[in-house]
Amino acid sequence: MISIDLIQQTAETLMDKAAIEIPDDYLDGLKKTASQEDGDLSSFVLQAMLENYQAAKEDRRAMCGDTGCPRWYVKMGNEAQIEGGAIALEAALRRATANATNGVPLRPNRVHPLWRTDHDNNVGIGAPEIEYGFEPGGDWVDLITVHKGGLFGTDYRMLFPSDGIEGIKRFYLDCLVAFGKRGLACQPAIIGIGLGGSKDTCMVLGKRAACLRVVGDKNPDPKIAALEDEFKELGNSIGMGAMGFVGKSMVIDCNIEVGYCHTGGMQMSVHAFCLSSRRAVARVFGDGRVEYRTDPDWFTDYQRRDTVEWNIPENQTKSA
Amino acid sequence: MEHSGKPNKIRLSTNPTNEALSKLKIGDIVYLDGVVYTGREGVYMRAIEDGEPIPMDLPAESAANFHCSPAAVQNEDGSFNMGAVTATASFRFSKWIGAWFKMSGAKLILGKGGMSPEDYKKHFVPNGAIYLTTVGYGTGALLGRGVKQVRALHWRKELGLAQAIWVIEVENFGPFIVESDLEGNSLFERENAKIAENLSKAYEGTRPAVLKRFGETDDRKDELI
Ligand code: SF4
Repeated sequence: MISIDLIQQTAETLMDKAAIEIPDDYLDGLKKTASQEDGDLSSFVLQAMLENYQAAKEDRRAMCGDTGCPRWYVKMGNEAQIEGGAIALEAALRRATANATNGVPLRPNRVHPLWRTDHDNNVGIGAPEIEYGFEPGGDWVDLITVHKGGLFGTDYRMLFPSDGIEGIKRFYLDCLVAFGKRGLACQPAIIGIGLGGSKDTCMVLGKRAACLRVVGDKNPDPKIAALEDEFKELGNSIGMGAMGFVGKSMVIDCNIEVGYCHTGGMQMSVHAFCLSSRRAVARVFGDGRVEYRTDPDWFTDYQRRDTVEWNIPENQTKSA
Repeated sequence: MEHSGKPNKIRLSTNPTNEALSKLKIGDIVYLDGVVYTGREGVYMRAIEDGEPIPMDLPAESAANFHCSPAAVQNEDGSFNMGAVTATASFRFSKWIGAWFKMSGAKLILGKGGMSPEDYKKHFVPNGAIYLTTVGYGTGALLGRGVKQVRALHWRKELGLAQAIWVIEVENFGPFIVESDLEGNSLFERENAKIAENLSKAYEGTRPAVLKRFGETDDRKDELI
């Protein structure tokens, strides 16, 4: 049984970590990009960002004044039992979100879309979002918080099989150029691309590709992995860098996720996870252990399975 | 021009002389000393449209208007806890900026992403003002470090925390980049033009989508296929 107090306490720590500590994979990616940037202004911006991450950690203050929209991804091992069940879990995550908003402090960004009512705690109708996934075996729950920022940098388009890779590239470039001018997307970013599914699942896939995969990992389909590399390169060859200045740093990494779609269509979504790529993860075990990490490790073989049945690998049958 | 080396770094007063401003070139890096105040649509509407007197002595107290809502809380004892500070996109305030210059005597507009070349020509140049953009734009923690203290909070009741006037004492507050100079030249415009020259190369080997969207045709009566 996983203790509900431990879940709330862990969730509060995660809120703090996400807002303040830039994940190492993104930081390393940005350092690498910065070392290759030769645009003077773009270079200056990247150096300032590196200093900013340092300042945030030293002072324990949020890295960006816009602290985004906190949301939760919860993944449960099949053996996990949560004290009080799923309802208690959701209450604990809402409490943690509200407490951390006043504690860190975060900007109370969430308002009613029409009446602009602000509860000053980032909690309201449908906020924070809580999404679920499951994994065979394992008496644990993964709590993942993402504070995605950026009103700019996300788009969807219905393409068709005849659009082909050339059409996918065109829409990808359209998005980067449109959002990159004046740096509205706060690039360089992790770009997530969703392909297929239906309109809603395509958006979900792309967003998860941006927020739940780390810099450097590859899609297990070698042809998709090759596309990821090609798209990263393509984005960095537009001639645009940080803040829309001349340069070559647009994309820290490009992650593509796919889902089976209607035979006539080829849905595509593009998402930019900005300079403040805020995510934090912890695995809470039934025996009271908590392990913090920054890799959500969301897209396992199980999440990407394409068969009717799923044969649980030997090593996953009991607690991981 | 193409390769001008490392950008210049300059310390600037929040009540700068015309001479100091005339030395600034687009692309220079600026750090501010003095006092800045936040003011965005709420303040503009109240001061300009409703004619409420501004509760500050402007520009004597400060000539630096910051388009910003800080991540800050007011404690129960009335003191403030200011965490990170990040600007908000300025292009939305075009409508009020001319009247605001007349009223406030502002010389520095601080914000995110700049304003339009028309705004610079029509409003900034005649008033001897320039635009400084924040950097990143995620440098909220660095900017937060430059805040010495909150001197006053005006119109909090009337406008709420996000829209109120925060009067902030700052030291080595930055970095900012000079986006427009006294002649109304714009850094973003210059960079956009340079990038546009090479865009067709990046698009080589791509193809327009089979199904168009509105906006890709100007005529709403057009079919999209
Ligand atoms: S897009 Fe990201 S880095 Fe930019 S202002 Fe928003 S939260 Fe900050």
